[in-house]
Amino acid sequence: MSRLQTLVNGIIKGNPTFVLVLGMCPTLGTTTSAINGMSMGLATTFVLMLSNLVISLVAGLVPSKVRIPAFVVIIAVFVTVVQLIMQAYVPALYQTLGLFIPLIVVNCIVLGRAEAFASKNKPFDSFLDGLGSGLGFTLSLTVLGTIRELLGSGSFFGLKIIPGDAILIFILAPGAFIALGYLMVLFNKLKKA
Amino acid sequence: MARESNFRNMFLCLLVICFGGSALLGGVYLITYQPILAAQAARVNQALGGVLPQFDNMPAEEAYQVEVNGKKMTVYPGTLNRELTGVAVEATTNKGFGGQIIVMVGFLPDGTINNTAVISHTETPGLGDKIDPRKSDFSLQFNQKNPESFRLAVKKDGGQVDAITAATISSRAFCDVVDLAYQAFRQSIQKEGGIQ
Repeated sequence: MSRLQTLVNGIIKGNPTFVLVLGMCPTLGTTTSAINGMSMGLATTFVLMLSNLVISLVAGLVPSKVRIPAFVVIIAVFVTVVQLIMQAYVPALYQTLGLFIPLIVVNCIVLGRAEAFASKNKPFDSFLDGLGSGLGFTLSLTVLGTIRELLGSGSFFGLKIIPGDAILIFILAPGAFIALGYLMVLFNKLKKA
Repeated sequence: MARESNFRNMFLCLLVICFGGSALLGGVYLITYQPILAAQAARVNQALGGVLPQFDNMPAEEAYQVEVNGKKMTVYPGTLNRELTGVAVEATTNKGFGGQIIVMVGFLPDGTINNTAVISHTETPGLGDKIDPRKSDFSLQFNQKNPESFRLAVKKDGGQVDAITAATISSRAFCDVVDLAYQAFRQSIQKEGGIQ
């Protein structure tokens, strides 16, 4: 695979949300608004890039039996770094996403990419793979968040564009499943075409 | 790719990774320690500025704890030229629909509620989150009322508070948290020997 393909793979063919259906907990939980979804996606992207890079650097030195604990520690370190930085410089965002940030550690996308790609490939390729998967995740979360926010509270990135009350259910959990289901259908239809 | 595992290299590998990780985290913690404290203080100060009448002291530095029903609450006295102008109480209740609700309530020295500010809550978006003054006028009905004469309960429960439609539990929890704050206020006023 060329480097460009590695990057694009995570966005379309191996889109973590719509194709691999990984990381559903943060996907459903944080997409109540477009900005929340996007921020969660970017935080995950940051962790994915750095953890993939470091894991591919150390993969040859780690004995196979303690591979998973070693990877989880590396991922947890980067997640905590993100958490501390957010708490310090964007406290308002941390208020809404705070609960989901520690969950990036056990996010199956991150560990999945570490196991499936980073432990077998060169550092730079792994970095690109992390960036691609992260961007794919960010894209899906932003789209899902935009739709839920538009239908559920009548606004676009926090800007109220439809006056009055909207379809409340889209802000709640059932609306997340409904919106995600339709988006998945649409995405896979477009991918085939 | 991966090496053969034996006790020695597994032990060493995890040890090195954990050490490296802790060192990195320690570094980041040192860098972000001050900004995190500042961000938290800014949030409290912003809420204080909103709920207290005029003051020229530093309420966050003069804060003290009061215990009501076994729960600790923080009291922030506001003074202007050393005269007590108001008291803010940060109260917490677990009776919310989605869990904990933390509210800052500002009282005038005679016990009248000056203003309230929701610090944090996890109520249902679109229903219970209307306790936040940015979402609806619900919490504004408490302003300028004295709990001495104003019954802090929703009308369904025989009180005088108009509940949020379809969010009675959140409304009750808000009344509860304001009531707790009022009890803390009473205690703190007694402690200071009445109105200064």
